[in-house]
Amino acid sequence: MTDYFELFGIARSLNLSLDMLQQRYYQLSRELHPDRFMRQPEAERQRALDLSSTLNDAYRTLKDPLKRAHYVLSQEGFDGEQRSTDVPPELLEEVFELNMALEEMRGGDHSARPQLESAETNFTRMLSDVDLQLEDLFGKYDQSPSRDKLSAVRGSLNRRKYIQNLVDEVHKSLAPSP
Amino acid sequence: MEIDFGAPQRVIGIDLGTTNSLVAFLDLTGPKIIPGADGDKLVPSVVSINPRLPSRDGEGAGALASGEIVVGNAARELLLTQPDRTVYSVKRLMGRGLEDIQEELKLFPFHIAPSSEAVLQLQLGDRTYTPPEISAFILRQLKQNAEAYFGEPVTQAVITVPAYFNDAQRQATKDAGRIAGLEVLRLVNEPTAASLAYGLDKRENGIVAVYDLGGGTFDISILKLHDGIFEVLATNGDTHLGGDDIDNLLLRIALEDVATEWGVNLSADSEGVQRLRRAVIQAKERLSFVPFTSIELEYHGRKYQREIQRELFDKLITPIIDRTLGPCRDCIADAGVSVDQIDEVVMVGGSTRIPLVLSAVETLFRAKPHTELNPDAVVALGAAVQAGILSGQVQDKLLLDVTPLSLGIEIMGGVVSKLIHRNSTIPASATESFTTGVDGQRNVLIHVVQGERELVKDNRSLARFDLKDIQPMPAGFARIEVRFLIDANGILNVTARDQRTGKEQSVDVKPSYGLTDEQVEKMIQESVEKAEQDFSERQVRERRVEADTILAAVEKARRHDAYFELPDAERTAIDRAVNELLLVYHSDDHPLIQQKIEQLNQATQKLAENMMNTAVRSALKGTKI
Repeated sequence: MTDYFELFGIARSLNLSLDMLQQRYYQLSRELHPDRFMRQPEAERQRALDLSSTLNDAYRTLKDPLKRAHYVLSQEGFDGEQRSTDVPPELLEEVFELNMALEEMRGGDHSARPQLESAETNFTRMLSDVDLQLEDLFGKYDQSPSRDKLSAVRGSLNRRKYIQNLVDEVHKSLAPSP
Repeated sequence: MEIDFGAPQRVIGIDLGTTNSLVAFLDLTGPKIIPGADGDKLVPSVVSINPRLPSRDGEGAGALASGEIVVGNAARELLLTQPDRTVYSVKRLMGRGLEDIQEELKLFPFHIAPSSEAVLQLQLGDRTYTPPEISAFILRQLKQNAEAYFGEPVTQAVITVPAYFNDAQRQATKDAGRIAGLEVLRLVNEPTAASLAYGLDKRENGIVAVYDLGGGTFDISILKLHDGIFEVLATNGDTHLGGDDIDNLLLRIALEDVATEWGVNLSADSEGVQRLRRAVIQAKERLSFVPFTSIELEYHGRKYQREIQRELFDKLITPIIDRTLGPCRDCIADAGVSVDQIDEVVMVGGSTRIPLVLSAVETLFRAKPHTELNPDAVVALGAAVQAGILSGQVQDKLLLDVTPLSLGIEIMGGVVSKLIHRNSTIPASATESFTTGVDGQRNVLIHVVQGERELVKDNRSLARFDLKDIQPMPAGFARIEVRFLIDANGILNVTARDQRTGKEQSVDVKPSYGLTDEQVEKMIQESVEKAEQDFSERQVRERRVEADTILAAVEKARRHDAYFELPDAERTAIDRAVNELLLVYHSDDHPLIQQKIEQLNQATQKLAENMMNTAVRSALKGTKI
């Protein structure tokens, strides 16, 4: 399997310049897209199809910081994402109360609405905190890569995913039903 | 360095529309539409199977088998006089199953044959045809128009499809091309093609939305333009929404009127319905330019007339136009842009002439939409540009399109596991490992679906892939890696590899809708023979027409003074050339006829000069000849 960073000709890193990435992507697309190989023999056309699909998959992965981080983790031998049902211990209490409120809301009791609204603000803020934390961890890893740092990245990613799910849940329950 | 010794192949661009179809090509000055024999650039997507075989035996033109099938304007006329042998809007049926089209059947006079199982069969007269075969008749007509224009065979094409077409609809379009004797180099999404035509002389960079409301389909695409790269960020749409829906709405009202006024249920009378439908369409089209008009019908000595104001018309069609706005909003969200970031909005498709459509789009996008290019032609022009990209004529442009629908496989409990998400740039791929669940299992069946929903039953079944001849092993030991690849046409390809042996694993494809490869092959076989025959028959006919012209001219010249002034040798040479042309006139050898025509041209050159001189002399003398 082609390494995505190698395909783009850049060093493996968690922070990337998106402008540079897009520029490389366009340049590589001009070279590898099947359109450019229409008049070539079948074998070459097939190769272009394979390469350009890998290029597109790589670009999709690398241009998104979270997908990029997951990709680096998997390349470094970290196994798949943790299931998001494992509650981060420091959030236990808040999540417990939130679930109660969500239950009430689903049961048609709208008195829980203010509580959910404040929970939404709260968790959304937490999300941006995690994002800042991740940015910091990304930078530290890029400066001097180590397994410990990646491990920290993975911890934050799991935490982020968990909070994101909570925000989505709350958002859904607050949205006017169709 | 690659050196291509062959002459560059001409690749045509085809817009295979619900209502009209067009063919275009790219020359040094840009893309151009090729008109049909009747001079019309739009070829109505109407096909009629004419039972009256032409009796041209006197001319010796052979049995014109293809004369049975009428396409375009002529077929549109036949829609009135032989509606049971004529079909329109067949694009609505492409790649669909019987259960999909129940709504269509209420509104369109499709005659579905009882034998419709995996593929719909349309009854036209005493024969049945699949939707790809009907579309192939339209494509063949466009191919012939291009061949007549270039004077040489055309075998390669780019065909456009609605961006929101699913895999089966795309495959059906590709099949139609193959049946028509065309190698379909690429299926291009209509809004993207349109942006290529618009992009020719427009901005180099920026974000563009293309709103495409045609006869039967609606697409919205948002693209990023960057120095010749056209990157689609997101697309959305509805493959059953268009001008047809407006026509049907007005038709229903008019039918009710007629029932009240005449006391006649016209809907049982297919000719009456078609005449009324045409009256309704004409009124709709007029309402784009005038504030009020009337729907008028004269039929069997009775008259129906109904005034319609644009205000009422707008009110009637608002629900239809509103159905386009949801997909627009979703598309903007998926593209990850805000309305303010969209620099231009481009209007495509005949239905965007309707003032209400323009104002709805203007309100949503907060920008005045572009309407400079003919909304009927712009897709075909873009297809010609893409044809130029594929043939190497155009080097500086590149289209990066997306797949409109997510692709997934069925897992336990009827749940979908998504492999490739919607709006992924194509070609796109995903790899999954499969194993066996029972000792000694030889097959694994993979059910692939398209759509955004969680459950298999709410998505569109695409195909079942059967991994065959797996080596018998204890359960869970086999490891088969399956690669799902959506190619640049938006069509899925599946390959499988046994990871233990590294060998290619055979995969049997059972498409849920559409023709099998064998069926298409058979249809191609029939049509290729026919197409070659058609082409040479047409060549022969054209050469004969040319021969008729020159023979008539020579006949006339023989009564001219200049003829008698010729030396005997010249006159003999003319007589001989005439005789030789007459001898080959009835043969099927068109190059030979052409050769004899040229020979006669040569022999009469002196005569022609003399005649000119005589004419000039007479003119100078002021006398009439």
